[in-house]
Amino acid sequence: MRRLATGLCALALTFAALACEREERRFQTLPAKSARAQPVRLTTLQPGQSLPARSGHGPYDENAWAISEGERLFNQYNCSGCHFHGGGGIGPPLMDAKWIYGSDPQNIYDTIVEGRPNGMPSYGGHVPDDQIWKIEAYVRTLSGLAPKAAEPDRSDQMEARRSEQATSPAAPRGQKAEHPQ
Amino acid sequence: MSWTCLLAFAGHSALDPAGPQAARIGDLWWLMFWVCSAVFLLVMAALAAGLVREEEPARRRMNRVVTGAVIATALILFVFLFASTGTGRALASLSSADPVSVEVTGHQWWWEVQYLDPVLAQRVTTANEIHIPVGRPIRIRTVSHDVIHSFWVPNLHGKHDLIPGYDGELWLQADRPGVYRGQCAEFCGHQHAHMAFLVVAESPARFAGWLAAQRQSASPPATPLAQRGHDLFVQLQCALCHTVQGTDANGRIGPDLTHLASRRTLAAGTLPNTPGHLAGWIVDSQTLKPSNPMPATSLGSNDLEALLAFLDGLK
Amino acid sequence: MSVAEVEDVGYAGENADAEERRRLERTWWSPKGLRGWLTDVDHKAIGKRYVGTALVFFALGGIEALLMRLQLARPEARLIGPDRYDQLFTVHGSTMMFLFAVPIMLGMGTYLVPLMIGTRNLAFPRLNAFSYWVYVAGGLLLYAGLFTNTGPDAGWFAYVPLSGPAFSPGKRVDIWAQMITFTEISSLAVAVNLITTIFKHRAPGMSLNRVPLFVWSQLVTSFMVVFAMPAVMLCSLMLALDRLVDTHFFNPSEGGDALLWQHLFWFFGHPEVYIIFIPALGMVSSIIAASTRREVFGYLPMVMSLVATGFIGFGLWVHHMFATGLPQLGASFFTAASLMIAIPSGTQIFCWLATLWGSRPRFTTPLLYVLGFFFVFVIGGLTGVMLGSVPLDLQVHDTFFVVAHFHYVLIGGAVFPLLGGLSFWLPKMTGRRLSERLGRLSFWLVFVGFNVTFFPMHQLGLQGMPRRVYTYLPETGWGDLNLLATIGAGILGLGVLVFVVNALQSLRHGEMAGDDPWGADTLEWSTSSPPPSYNFLRLPTVAGRYALWSRRDDQPEVTGLRSDRREMLVTNLLDAEPDHRDVLPGPTIWPFILACGVAMTFIYAIFNPWGFVVGAVPCAVALIAWFWPRGDMDRDVIMEKRS
Repeated sequence: MRRLATGLCALALTFAALACEREERRFQTLPAKSARAQPVRLTTLQPGQSLPARSGHGPYDENAWAISEGERLFNQYNCSGCHFHGGGGIGPPLMDAKWIYGSDPQNIYDTIVEGRPNGMPSYGGHVPDDQIWKIEAYVRTLSGLAPKAAEPDRSDQMEARRSEQATSPAAPRGQKAEHPQ
Repeated sequence: MSWTCLLAFAGHSALDPAGPQAARIGDLWWLMFWVCSAVFLLVMAALAAGLVREEEPARRRMNRVVTGAVIATALILFVFLFASTGTGRALASLSSADPVSVEVTGHQWWWEVQYLDPVLAQRVTTANEIHIPVGRPIRIRTVSHDVIHSFWVPNLHGKHDLIPGYDGELWLQADRPGVYRGQCAEFCGHQHAHMAFLVVAESPARFAGWLAAQRQSASPPATPLAQRGHDLFVQLQCALCHTVQGTDANGRIGPDLTHLASRRTLAAGTLPNTPGHLAGWIVDSQTLKPSNPMPATSLGSNDLEALLAFLDGLK
Repeated sequence: MSVAEVEDVGYAGENADAEERRRLERTWWSPKGLRGWLTDVDHKAIGKRYVGTALVFFALGGIEALLMRLQLARPEARLIGPDRYDQLFTVHGSTMMFLFAVPIMLGMGTYLVPLMIGTRNLAFPRLNAFSYWVYVAGGLLLYAGLFTNTGPDAGWFAYVPLSGPAFSPGKRVDIWAQMITFTEISSLAVAVNLITTIFKHRAPGMSLNRVPLFVWSQLVTSFMVVFAMPAVMLCSLMLALDRLVDTHFFNPSEGGDALLWQHLFWFFGHPEVYIIFIPALGMVSSIIAASTRREVFGYLPMVMSLVATGFIGFGLWVHHMFATGLPQLGASFFTAASLMIAIPSGTQIFCWLATLWGSRPRFTTPLLYVLGFFFVFVIGGLTGVMLGSVPLDLQVHDTFFVVAHFHYVLIGGAVFPLLGGLSFWLPKMTGRRLSERLGRLSFWLVFVGFNVTFFPMHQLGLQGMPRRVYTYLPETGWGDLNLLATIGAGILGLGVLVFVVNALQSLRHGEMAGDDPWGADTLEWSTSSPPPSYNFLRLPTVAGRYALWSRRDDQPEVTGLRSDRREMLVTNLLDAEPDHRDVLPGPTIWPFILACGVAMTFIYAIFNPWGFVVGAVPCAVALIAWFWPRGDMDRDVIMEKRS
């Protein structure tokens, strides 16, 4: 009996250890401002003795659910209006390896919060912090910086078109279908 | 508690029909209920009698009885088939040359309601509450852009699925005034449980009045406090998702709040619309309805008060 | 070709029997210990494992159900959040359907069918071992997922787009889809095995019109598995492709179709119900025949009803989709089909009633469960008729009314007969009888608990309570009935617990069963309890539908099979006349290795499509070893055929 109990405990611990960040769904949002300890460097050039490089992790970088939320927000807040689905257009592409303002989570966060010259607006104060971190996590997946298993697959969230099999809904009896466009 | 009563008078039962279609389905239900109950009792009586009985039956007699029972089953099923098909035809026969046309869009996890009108400016957009005039057919166009939802007001009619890629159509009619609760009936994610809405059936005159009021833009803030709330609403994150007609807020992600104060519930039928609940919802919606898309806000109490004053003015 | 010789048993000497027994035991031996576990190909060992494993999953599914009932006992309870609750109800449904009901029914078939038709093993013993291991792998995968917070959460029906890549991030639904693949492979393999065994290995004299009703039910079920399972394999594969390699089968924005999933899924999903419940009908027939010591009234109508159910069962999947807005005419067709299936079900009920009529049966535990089955299943069937009607279905579809309905059908139609069947056949499997006292106690607890749990749900559904909600508002007034249902669920769980205690206790303290504790009619009762590894000393022959009741004093037995290798008699399909002999393989590790390879492939493929390429290597190795020709044996058979 003792052996069984020990075995079960060991099993439970293994599962607890395995229970991965990828599948967590944290609905309670982060505290409003996540403090930034030290600026993230965009260049390796430094005066004097070089300080160790810092690259902060975003809170959601490996979380599949948050990344998919980020994808939704990316479209809903119209990030796709300039960057399209990562390919870029009005704004720079996000799916390549070139990062003008740095690819660290904190860099991307700053870019969204503070905006950048030549057209990137500042969203700080408009989009809540928590959502910016989600968008940041999603943006990093576009160029393959996130763990593959947590990346979102293709999106269903374009405007749904009618299926080819869909028959047209019966026209209302007694009158022509109205199309109030 | 007052808020309990606010939601409680909404009818929500298939057995209490308030429209012609629910009534026809109700009749079919009672027919089937009584016949099936009788069949059940007969079978159980036969089982009991058979177990009590001591002598062996004659084989030929048993043959006849069993054959008879099978034939009776088939006959009952035919009756059901005809009754069911007849009811189905009756349900489909509701139509009108002059219906109220409403487009209902299911979102995770709330209902967008739009009153269609050939004149674009006459359209009315609201959320989670459908007002209809009594005695007049309503044509509901059903749309979904995310996952499958199902539109269901038990007191008025059966379900109708909202399937992305398939625009559907549903006809309804209410015969007596009242507030009827509806709810999403197809599993649509974490908050499927809190995706309800109200159908308010009222006299044609009151309905016309309501519709006319909804067509107005939001009334301008009446007090300095409300004015500050308005400024906060437009400047902060609210306006990214919510529209208030007549202001700069024109987000299309969340429900239209132009006439928020005239609605009975918040958060898709989850909370009664009182200032207290509204404040709780704005500050910490994730505790009340985990995983809903509305983010938490960190407003100071003064700002919150101003915002509430503004929202309270959106009659 | 050698036709089995027929010899009168009376002349066989005692010594010759003992010698034959020793030789058979040597030939049909199973290794012991861990090696025995991994290599055994005996249908009885594998059948018992199936039943045991499925009961473990039944317990897990039951615990999930109890947790859900606790959450729903009061409105706005905060015991389990929506995330956890969605995983619980999805895993509960998937467990009960894929890991409990189908495997346990097919497992009972694996154990009983060869015994009932008088042969020594299933036709493909290694395939049988393989299917068990694949099934276990599927179950482990699902539960490893649940315990690591990766439990699928889109419902056991996994409707797209909710289960698609955009709305179910992470790997939760992939685990569900692969679990389906595992269990489908397993069920298909068992079905093929059972069909072949029933068609080709029946005892001489057991022509198709003398096959026991239980075996008929297994045959019909197996055919339904063969036709239904490919549909769900197809759609779960399409879902996995949508999620893994970004195809657009179900993506409405790229011309995919969300409804296609529902058609494919329910084309499997509805027959699935009959796959679960038809074997149970076979158990009911066996128990009634044994309890009344009468032939079941109307053998032909019973068989016809089973077959008809098997056919009609494929014609009514759309009644799960009435609310999607079908054209009137199409809906009427499916209404008619849904109502029509009540005719074969009704016919069987009436035939059983006629069998019981005036028979003064012995009220043993198995019969009590069968009587409970009548009560519960008739209610479930009648509400099923209601659900077949489109207008009524529009009101009660996806509400607790449906939850009540299908628990009445599945627990009433399958679990009650199964518990009766286990009480009935466990003495054969273990050699010891169960306690009647505990048996009765468990029956009454299960019966009362079940009805208290599920009957109120009819009312809840009509009052508008939808399915799959993790909570509800106090103003809806659903609280009291939900509380009642939760109390009932506790009683039901207690009843199942008593049943398990009874079964475990019987292993040690049960009264010895003897060959035929019930005075039943089928061949498994003619051998010892538990049966020897070779099942029968000499294969029996059959002179009537009720093999043991129609047995004459000079009933011939089959001789002429070699006992120094695993020979089985092959008979022809219709009349079961001896045809030729077949040699079966002995214990082997390769089915287990292949199952490991398959498991590795599918689990790796959840994360990376290259999994299929990488996994092909161990699978190929295992298959080559599995099918490596064993020259002497095959040659022997060919030589005999020539001579």
